[in-house]
Amino acid sequence: MYVAVKGGERAIENAHRLLAHERRGDRDVPELSLAQISEQLSLGVDRVMTEGSLYDRELAALALKQARGDMIEAIFLVRAFRATLPRFGASEPVDTGQMQVRRRISSTFKDIPGGQILGPTFDYTHRLLDPQLAETSAPEAPATVEATPAVMPRVTDILGRDGLIEPSPKADADLAVGDLTREPLSFPADRDLRLQNLARADEGFLLALGYSSQRGYGRNHPFAGEIRLGEVEVEFMAEDVGFAVPLGAVTLTECQMVNQFKGSATEAPCFTRGYGLAFGQSERKTMSMALVDRSLRARELGEEIIAPGQDEEFVMSHSDNVQATGFVEHLKLPHYVDFQSELGLLRKLRAEFGEAEAQPAMQEAAE
Amino acid sequence: MNGPTYNFAYLDEQTKRMIRRAILKAIAIPGYQVPFASREMPMPYGWGTGGVQVTAAILGPQDVLKVIDQGSDDTTNAISIRKFFAKTAGVATTTSTEDATVIQTRHRIPEAPLHGGQVLVYQVPIPEPLRFLEPRETETRRMHALGEYGLMHVKLYEDIARFGHIATSYAYPVKVNARYVMDPSPTPKFDNPKMDHCPALQLFGAGREKRIYAIPPHTQVTSLDFEDHPFTRYGFDAPCALCGADDSYLDEIVTDDKGGRMFVCSDTDYCEGRQAHGCRGTESAAPHKETAHGRG
Repeated sequence: MYVAVKGGERAIENAHRLLAHERRGDRDVPELSLAQISEQLSLGVDRVMTEGSLYDRELAALALKQARGDMIEAIFLVRAFRATLPRFGASEPVDTGQMQVRRRISSTFKDIPGGQILGPTFDYTHRLLDPQLAETSAPEAPATVEATPAVMPRVTDILGRDGLIEPSPKADADLAVGDLTREPLSFPADRDLRLQNLARADEGFLLALGYSSQRGYGRNHPFAGEIRLGEVEVEFMAEDVGFAVPLGAVTLTECQMVNQFKGSATEAPCFTRGYGLAFGQSERKTMSMALVDRSLRARELGEEIIAPGQDEEFVMSHSDNVQATGFVEHLKLPHYVDFQSELGLLRKLRAEFGEAEAQPAMQEAAE
Repeated sequence: MNGPTYNFAYLDEQTKRMIRRAILKAIAIPGYQVPFASREMPMPYGWGTGGVQVTAAILGPQDVLKVIDQGSDDTTNAISIRKFFAKTAGVATTTSTEDATVIQTRHRIPEAPLHGGQVLVYQVPIPEPLRFLEPRETETRRMHALGEYGLMHVKLYEDIARFGHIATSYAYPVKVNARYVMDPSPTPKFDNPKMDHCPALQLFGAGREKRIYAIPPHTQVTSLDFEDHPFTRYGFDAPCALCGADDSYLDEIVTDDKGGRMFVCSDTDYCEGRQAHGCRGTESAAPHKETAHGRG
């Protein structure tokens, strides 16, 4: 006698209940608040906002808490929420040249107008575990100086004055910026869509691709022209009042890579650009993004496409971790119907193989 | 923090309109893959987001929804999707193939014949039948445009040269309306003949790959084959152990660790319907009861 397996509905409910229990952990340990996550795990929140494509620290912190610290799960939660939000319009392009800079470095010039500012960085820390942090910590207040109203021109603008670097393409006000979350992507894709894809792309995937380009798989000789972190104003053109209305400030990290270009029959040799931009402090992400952006310009610059990082269809189709994780993890779903048909086929093939094996003498005789 | 509110059947009306346009185009060009701006859904890509978006776009308050996975209404993902629509659209749900107006499915076509007015929505992982022969979308789109399907025929021929028959058992490619080669989603090839001249509308949604395609009712669907190697349906050696059906697709159930096996219908509604009419197999038991997994 056999009774078919049932009871999936209750199993799901109980699994979710157990998940909530495990998420909370030991109930003698105080529960995390969203403010704690946002303030003390801020780089994690930045990543969730960047790859989730939604600038909202509170929601990103909530997603991280709900996801038990799993980055991709948190990004997925934010994306699914974002997909339901109505669109009022697009902001004016932000001007990172007007950024309130907190960190700004260039590896191409020793000194630059406005100076090099290290800011809050892991760079040059010795990676020694700090036992003091295991207990409550009371770090010193940061050192301060009088604010100077110094302008900080972008390093690429300085290079641009001498024509040593290609100009940034001018924005075409009449041309709508592409949005791959609203229009299906098709190939070949223009740079606006590529940059959007890269901004949402998995940090680890871009890191590996950027790294591969440095190791010779489509090498493009990068220099970190400038990396800057700070706050910029976001403005929205309100048609009713006829001028741009400030919506608030967002924290951004921008990376401009300066890359070699040998020139072509029609163009003089000059430096070219790779561009990276992310919410919050996301340096590894923006640097990787800039490397891959430059690699993906191979077609436009007439370079031979030989490496995965230069192949836009390969990169853009596999960069999204929400898509990737869904499809990889869907292997957990039942597949017994297709497995059954494979099983039947395999048995048939093995039986045919066995029959052929059993009569080798006759075949030889026939030959 | 304000709690978000959601529209009928989750998706906003603008998104539904975009999806409906893609569906209409798909129906107008049977078997052609229409790109659409697939949204992030509250379930993972690869878990039926394409089917869910199609269902959300066509569902009305009067519809009766059935959801199956592997032929069964009781598999966990089928339950999850059915509950999603019961919650967000408040529509009636059923396990009966006959009573449903919309059936969302993964990997099977119901055994009971579908009738006019019904819509069968397939969840599709990889919509491109040529994908594993040519990984580039730019190439495969060109091949479809030119009706250049030689590569597929060579693959099938190589199977015959090597094995003596076509060694594809699921996601067996079909030609729709004598024009487009189409992936029927990973249904077993046993189900392919049911697609041909089906009175119901068949819609296919691939969320991650952002494609929708369709077979309008009463459309010719032929499984690819050769004159001297015609398409054959997968057959089973024994009837269903529960209802005795010899015309249904069967799941193999491993009953012990000593090689014990039994075969039962994968379509649970079909099997239960037959048992309710008194059909019996070798392992028939009393009517099914829900087995408890823990207490509520």
